[in-house]
Amino acid sequence: MTASIHWRENRIVQDRIKKSIAYTIVIIMAVAYIFPLYWLIVTALKTDLEIFQQPPPIFPPNPQWQNFGESTTYIPFWRYMWNTIVISGLTVLGTVLSCTFIAYGFARIRWPGRNIIFLIYLSTIMLPSQVTLIPLYLIFRDLGWVGTFLPLVVPHFFGNALYVFLLRQFLLTIPLELSDAAKIDGASELGILWYIMIPLMRPALAVVALFTFVQTYRDFLGPLIYLQNQQDWTISLGLKLFQNMYGAQWQLMMAASTLAMLPTIVLFFFTQKTFVRGIALTGLKG
Amino acid sequence: MTISIRRPRLTKQQRRALIVGLLFISPAIIGFFVFNIGPIVQSLQYSFTRYNILQPPRWVGLNNYKFLIESDRVFRIGISNTLYMVLIGLPIHLVFNMLMALLLNTRIKGLSLYRSIFYIPSITPVVASTIVWLWIFNGQFGILNEFLKFIGLSPIGWLTDPKWVKPSLIFMGAWFGGNTILIYLASLQDVPYDLLESAELDGANAIQKTFRITLPMISPVIFYTIIVNVIGYFQYFTEAWVMTATRDGSAGGVANSAMFYSMYLYQTAFQQFKMGYASAQAWILFMIVLIATVFLFKTAGWVYYHAED
Repeated sequence: MTASIHWRENRIVQDRIKKSIAYTIVIIMAVAYIFPLYWLIVTALKTDLEIFQQPPPIFPPNPQWQNFGESTTYIPFWRYMWNTIVISGLTVLGTVLSCTFIAYGFARIRWPGRNIIFLIYLSTIMLPSQVTLIPLYLIFRDLGWVGTFLPLVVPHFFGNALYVFLLRQFLLTIPLELSDAAKIDGASELGILWYIMIPLMRPALAVVALFTFVQTYRDFLGPLIYLQNQQDWTISLGLKLFQNMYGAQWQLMMAASTLAMLPTIVLFFFTQKTFVRGIALTGLKG
Repeated sequence: MTISIRRPRLTKQQRRALIVGLLFISPAIIGFFVFNIGPIVQSLQYSFTRYNILQPPRWVGLNNYKFLIESDRVFRIGISNTLYMVLIGLPIHLVFNMLMALLLNTRIKGLSLYRSIFYIPSITPVVASTIVWLWIFNGQFGILNEFLKFIGLSPIGWLTDPKWVKPSLIFMGAWFGGNTILIYLASLQDVPYDLLESAELDGANAIQKTFRITLPMISPVIFYTIIVNVIGYFQYFTEAWVMTATRDGSAGGVANSAMFYSMYLYQTAFQQFKMGYASAQAWILFMIVLIATVFLFKTAGWVYYHAED
C-alpha cells in the first residue's frame, strides 16, 4: 500500500520535472522563432546611423515611426501591394471555382473510369514546375501575355490537383443518399452542387481559398519571370528593389518588409482555426 | 429482353454520367494537357535544340545533354549544392520539425500561442523574411556576428564564406518549417492515447513509446512530408536567390557556393535566353526527381498503414 503511494508520488514528481523541461525548451524555441521578427521591427524603427552602431541597440533608442511611411514612398509600395492583392485574389477565385467543379465531378458523379483518371491527375502534384516552365513561358510569350498578370492567374482556372484531392476527400464523406434524394426531386447536378454541396463544403473551401491566397502572396519566381514592367511588380519583387539601389537603406527595407508581412499575419490571426484544420487535412493524406 | 437492351458496353445512364462527369472535370482535362503534358513533351523537344527565342530552334541532337554532363562546371556545382540541400538540409529540417512537434505534444498549456509562433514564419512572404535574415547574417553589422564577438568567438562570413553559406541557408530554413511542425503535431494528436497508456503499463519508457508506437503510427504522414519536401528541395530557389542576389541581377554566392539547380536553370533560360539548353536541364531535373520519388516509394516498407484507413 505505502509502496504504491510512494510510487505514485515519485511519478508525479517525475512528470513535473519532465513538464518543466518541456516548457523551458518550448519557451526558448519560441523566443528564438520570434527573434527575427522582433529584429525586423526594431531595425525598421532605427535611424540610418543607429543601424550601423556597434554593438547594435537591442531596443530602438528613438523609434522612427515615420520610417514606415517613408518606406511606402521610397518604393511604390501601395501600387505593389495592390498588384499582389489583385493577382492573389484572382488566383483564389480561379482555384476555388475550378477545383469545386472538378472535385464534384470526381466525387459525386459515378462515371466509369473516374478513379483511374483521378490517380493520373493526382500524379501531377509530383511534377517539378521547372519542367513545364520554359514551354509555358514560350506559349505565353506567343500569346502576348508576358508582362501581364494573365500567365500568373489563368492557369489557376484549370484546377490544382492537391486542392481537388482535398475537396474530393471532403465530398466523399457526404452521404450519397443526399444527392439521390435531390435527384428524385428533379434537381440537376449543377443544382445539387450549388444548393446542397457548396454550403456543406464551406469549411473545406475556406481552407483552399486561404492556402491559395498565402501561397500566391508569397510567390517570387512566377512574378520574377512574367512581370517585366516595374509598375506591374508584386510586393515580393518590389522589396528586392531596395537591394538593387546603392547604399541600401536597411531601415526602410525592414519597414517595407514588416508591412509586407502584415496582411498574412493578420489573416492568420483571424482564421487560425481554418489554417490548423487545413494543415491537418493536407498532412493526413498519407 | 432486358439483356438485349444492355448489349452496348455502357448503359444509357452510364453514358450520361460519363458525359456529365467529364464536363465537370473538363477544366482539369484541359489543364492537364495544356499546362502539363503538352509542356512536358515540348520541353523534351526543346532540349534537343539550340533556341535563343530570336531565331527558330535548331536541332542539335544530344549536344545539350552531352555538354551539361561533360563540361558544364557550374551545372555540376548546382547539382552537388542541391544534393547537399536534399541529403543534409532536408533530414536536419524534418528531424528538427519532428522534435518540435513531439515537444508541443506534451500537453503543455498555451499550445495555440506556441503553434502560432512557430507557424507564422512559414506564411510570411519569403522575400520579406529572407531580407531580415540577410541583415542578421550580415558579416559586418549582423547581430549573429555581434553575438559571436560577445561570447569571444571570431565573426563568420555567413553568406560570403563558401564553407558557411549552405549551413547558413539550412539554419535559416529551420525557421520556415512551421508548416511541417504543425502537420506532425496534428498527426501526433491523432495517435490513440490508450495505446500509449497500455504500453506504459507494460513498462515501456518514453523513448520506447516514441519509436515503437508513436512514430510507426504516424509513419504515413512522415512519408508524405518526405516525398513532398524532396520534390520541393530539388526546386530550392527563392531563399538562396534573395540571399545571394547582387546588383547586376546575378546570384549564386561566392564561387557559386550557393548556386542551386533551379537558380542556374533560371539564369540559363531567362537571363541568357538559352531555352534549349535550359530545357535539357529541366529534363535532367525531372528524371532525377522521378528516380528519387520511385526510390522513396520502393523503399517505403517502413511505412505502416493501419487497418482503419
